[in-house]
Amino acid sequence: MIRVQNLVKTFGSFTAVNDVSFEVAAGEIFAFLGPNGAGKTTTIKMLTTLLHPTSGSIELDGLDPRKHQNQVRQRFGIVFQDPSLDGDLTAWENMEIHGVLYHVPHKTRRQRSEELLKLFELWDRRNDQVKKFSGGMKRRLEIARGFLHTPKILFLDEPTLGLDPQSRNQLWSHVKRVNEAEKVTVMLTTHYMDEADRVAHRVGIIDHGKLVTQGTPAEIKEQTGTASLEDAFLKLTGSTIRDESAGSADQMRQFAKMWQQQRR
Amino acid sequence: MSAIYILWLRELKRYTRSRAQIIASLGQPMLYLLVLGFGLNPVFKKAGYGSYFQFIAPGVIGMSVLFSSIFSGLGLLWDRQFGFLKETLVAPVPRIEIMIGRTLGGCTVAVIQGLLVLTICLISGFRPAGWLAIPVAVGFMVLIALLFAALGVIFGSSLQDMQGFQLIMNFLVLPIYFLSGAMFPLTNQGKVLGFITALDPLSYGIDGMRSVLLSAATFRPAFGISIDLAVLIGVGCILLVLGAWRFSKIEV
Repeated sequence: MIRVQNLVKTFGSFTAVNDVSFEVAAGEIFAFLGPNGAGKTTTIKMLTTLLHPTSGSIELDGLDPRKHQNQVRQRFGIVFQDPSLDGDLTAWENMEIHGVLYHVPHKTRRQRSEELLKLFELWDRRNDQVKKFSGGMKRRLEIARGFLHTPKILFLDEPTLGLDPQSRNQLWSHVKRVNEAEKVTVMLTTHYMDEADRVAHRVGIIDHGKLVTQGTPAEIKEQTGTASLEDAFLKLTGSTIRDESAGSADQMRQFAKMWQQQRR
Repeated sequence: MSAIYILWLRELKRYTRSRAQIIASLGQPMLYLLVLGFGLNPVFKKAGYGSYFQFIAPGVIGMSVLFSSIFSGLGLLWDRQFGFLKETLVAPVPRIEIMIGRTLGGCTVAVIQGLLVLTICLISGFRPAGWLAIPVAVGFMVLIALLFAALGVIFGSSLQDMQGFQLIMNFLVLPIYFLSGAMFPLTNQGKVLGFITALDPLSYGIDGMRSVLLSAATFRPAFGISIDLAVLIGVGCILLVLGAWRFSKIEV
């Protein structure tokens, strides 16, 4: 379903993704793991047509994102690292906009929105503005929205960041259920190794832009001779801390927080 | 087409939902209209220009259309901040449709805002030369709104964060307003000021609105309606093309 070969992305003299190759089969849940700044999000951005690769090839469902941009976009759903909902609109309206932008026919749109909102336990709150939702509810809504146009692939970029264990558990059980029911291929990134261990069929570990290893969680543990995926991860990527410099996006986020507090 | 419609509808919904903001945004025009309008009225009359209240009303309408349309374009900054922009940019929809939907939405909101201020003007005593002039004035509002919504998109697509917002407010929006002749007659000005005001697209919008709303006996147009229309449409088209181009270059 996803095929990546010798993918490279450079920003100036900095190589963010360096010769990465992997494949994800249809219906599989693939976890893409790595320390901060390892190149996870950059890779996902290239897979989802937001960035152009410097070199290498990508195929999603047999299509090249560069040549068939809109067909590829129709085939995947994505939940970004940062929220991407419109807080002034209701949960239902957010689903509506998504459905229209992805050309889902009117009847199917209503039906599927209802099913998904019920499945993700948001149906009762469908007419509330999203800004009144908790972090967990927002995440659930984003994932429900990602499934609305029946994508073949769903990308989840750190979907459980900042959620409590209850919400995290619930979120993954929903994702697993839809993965099984609709045979959706899922590619996710996370910093919680236990989640990856539990949810993913296969795991790829990336560090400094290079794919260090890939395989089932069991294979990776065996390969490194460790008891948990977290130990295996630390053994493979070392225990030094990566410092990412704060970009303008982070500064904006802080500014927005201050602004919201003032308005309250 | 449906993408344009749903994004247009989104702008409208966001506007109608923020009632506090609607009322707040009427505060400034009302200050100009009621305080300056009535306060400077005697002086203006003595100088032989007729009623200042009648004179400033179209200027204040133009001001509210200008502010609200430019801010709708700058709303891109908010959507970038709160992430909704990404949702629209990865959708299988051409970017131009997204830009058109947003711009038309912002333009509609600005015209509604202009109509609200027009209503306030009428309630507080503004009388147009003829009631048929009002639909024509609304046409001018639409042209002003489209032009400045496009200008807002150009800056909204080019700026990365909110720091630039103050800069735009002080060095773009306010000068456009003050130099447009919204508050003073553009005829009989000195060479320098006359030249600068002629460069300001809003001057033509307000001149056009005054030409239709005020009677020929009390107001002498600075440019004339046909020039006003030509400049507004011409500059508007150029800015729309530039806006579409800048919008297509946004990276998230």
